Amino acid sequence: MKHTISILVENNAGVLARISGLFARRGFNIYSLAVGVTEDESVSRITIVADGDDYTLEQIEKQLNKLIDVIKVRTVKPDELLQRELVLIKVSCSAQQRHELISIAEITQAKISDISVDSMTLELSANESHLNNFQELLRPYGIKEVVRTGTIAIQKGTASLRI
Amino acid sequence: MQVSKERVTVARAMVLALEHEGIKHIFGYPGAAICPFFDELIKSDIQNILVRHEANSGHAASGYARVTGKPAVCAATSGPGATNLITAIATAHMDSVPMIAITGQVLSSQLGRDAFQEADITGAAEPFVKHSFLVKNPNDIGEVIKKAFYIASTGRQGPVLIDVPMDIQKMEIEFEYPEKVEIRSYKPSFFGNKLQIKKAAEALKNSKKPLICAGGGILSSGACEQLKILSEKCDIPVIVTMMGIGSIPTNHKNYYGMLGIFGRKIANQALNACDLLIVLGARMSDRAVTTLASFDDTTVIHIDVDPAEIGKNAPVNIPIVGDVKTILEQFIAEVEPMTHDEWQSGLFINKTDFEAKANTFQSDYVSPKLMIKSICKALPQKRVICADVGSNQIWTANNIEIGEEGKFITSGGMGTMGFSFPAAIGAKCADKDAEVVAICGDGSFQMSFMELATAVQHGINVKIVVFVNNKLGMVREYQTNNYAGRHTMVDLSGSPDFLKLAEAYGINGETVSKNEQIVSAVENMVNANEPYLLQVIVDKNEKSLIV
Repeated sequence: MKHTISILVENNAGVLARISGLFARRGFNIYSLAVGVTEDESVSRITIVADGDDYTLEQIEKQLNKLIDVIKVRTVKPDELLQRELVLIKVSCSAQQRHELISIAEITQAKISDISVDSMTLELSANESHLNNFQELLRPYGIKEVVRTGTIAIQKGTASLRI
Repeated sequence: MQVSKERVTVARAMVLALEHEGIKHIFGYPGAAICPFFDELIKSDIQNILVRHEANSGHAASGYARVTGKPAVCAATSGPGATNLITAIATAHMDSVPMIAITGQVLSSQLGRDAFQEADITGAAEPFVKHSFLVKNPNDIGEVIKKAFYIASTGRQGPVLIDVPMDIQKMEIEFEYPEKVEIRSYKPSFFGNKLQIKKAAEALKNSKKPLICAGGGILSSGACEQLKILSEKCDIPVIVTMMGIGSIPTNHKNYYGMLGIFGRKIANQALNACDLLIVLGARMSDRAVTTLASFDDTTVIHIDVDPAEIGKNAPVNIPIVGDVKTILEQFIAEVEPMTHDEWQSGLFINKTDFEAKANTFQSDYVSPKLMIKSICKALPQKRVICADVGSNQIWTANNIEIGEEGKFITSGGMGTMGFSFPAAIGAKCADKDAEVVAICGDGSFQMSFMELATAVQHGINVKIVVFVNNKLGMVREYQTNNYAGRHTMVDLSGSPDFLKLAEAYGINGETVSKNEQIVSAVENMVNANEPYLLQVIVDKNEKSLIV
């Protein structure tokens, strides 16, 4: 089962290596990973989507907490979670196909970020399954390149994870 | 009064910081990258012990820390010096030993360029350290060392690595050692949850067959007295893990020995028969609990400072996280005195039965059991017995006699061969009044016998017992049992005469080849006021576990 784990860490060199190393050597699978600085610039937030049963999840949390640079760890329940991922997709696009792609972009609320004689790059921020559908819609035009960020997540409502 | 800052080099600041921390000895090996630091040691009262291999500087620090209970320091140069330290760091990590490892590093301008003797040691050692620092800003040095000592010595203790580029060591800074440090992300639990302690007391009240399993956590939190009080007040038998040996005197009436595949049968029988298991500062490793049939009918209370150990290897009903000593004090206050006559007397019959059966010895070779027992008889109570890894470790663990003033030191988790002799050197430096004996096999001793020179050079009076059968006995036994007796890579032909080897270093000793020679040889060893080596001839077919 997939879990979304939010980790607040000291914004120090080498922290990411410590965390990814921990996942690797203890055999925890990382599905996606995203890192960025928080409202407090001495703190970074790492959002990891990981795979595992309850035992694995408990061990992941406990082992993460043992790392000195880790300030807080929280696994957020799916229904309390607002998740986003960003994708940039470059597709083949002849002059005749432009209108079709523009209407797909309108319907899916994607942005057209770049255009050339025979290609178009679309940008969409949404949750994972929405992005998967979006990618399928574009596949018939010939996908040249897909770039996806990892999932980032925030709790719904006023609750927040802070140090 | 205003405390003024001193203008000093980082290397000098490192020495001042270690003096502040009460460090009296450093075990190390030099190289260009650590020279600025070693150069400053000349002006200090800190005694520097030159070892003959970097790994052994770490093992010596381990032995030292396990005697004092405080962090001990080892130091090495960059590159191979640092990578050689890794095994010792990993050994300390597995056994939760507080250690500060200091390594020199290439010039900071050369970092990442594969310079001569460059190794990414903070990266390489990451899985084996509690924490590590690569010092890039010279002004950080005081805080880094303060944090290192704080992290190594609190919570679940462990090794901390400090890597300092040589140009940083030479830089001048305004230095003042911080009185204390605050790490917002590191707050080890201390007190146990009161509700959980009440629950545990209730479970003990309802139990007819309670059992305590004491681990290394008892020793590292200094809870031996509390363990004894609980065991006596509530009449609870005690078994130990290998790391827990010495947490209760081995002659205590409630002591039933070490559990596990290489443990005593009675300890494992008690484990399988109990209805309540109180695990204290132990992690229920694979070697300890494989003999366990099932925990289904047993209530398990697990008290440990590391929350990650709770439920990791065995299911737990009542977890309590915090310092074992503090929690035991809370727990003892919560329970009424009780007796378990029926349970205890059943176990006791098995215990005396075992003692009687196991005390018969064959005469062609020296009996390791008789040897260990005789050493323990001859040693003063203030003793440190260091066992290596292999059959010698199991022989020692199961036959050692140790009281409140004694210590047993071995590489429990990592099973690092060659550990005992350098650890004994460290232990003797930590406590000059204790009689320190390293017990080795002929395999493990050949992994660290170069430290004979260290003992001679620094006048460190450790005693060495080498069990000789010209075989890697424990692996050979494993091959006998699991590979239809096909023995590969376990023959130690070509090994030296260990007496001649000792003699080459100016160390006296004698050979023990018959049981009848044990008593006088051990007496000579204990009476020698300098290092002394006993070469003890044992049967190659001697089993690790003497049942």
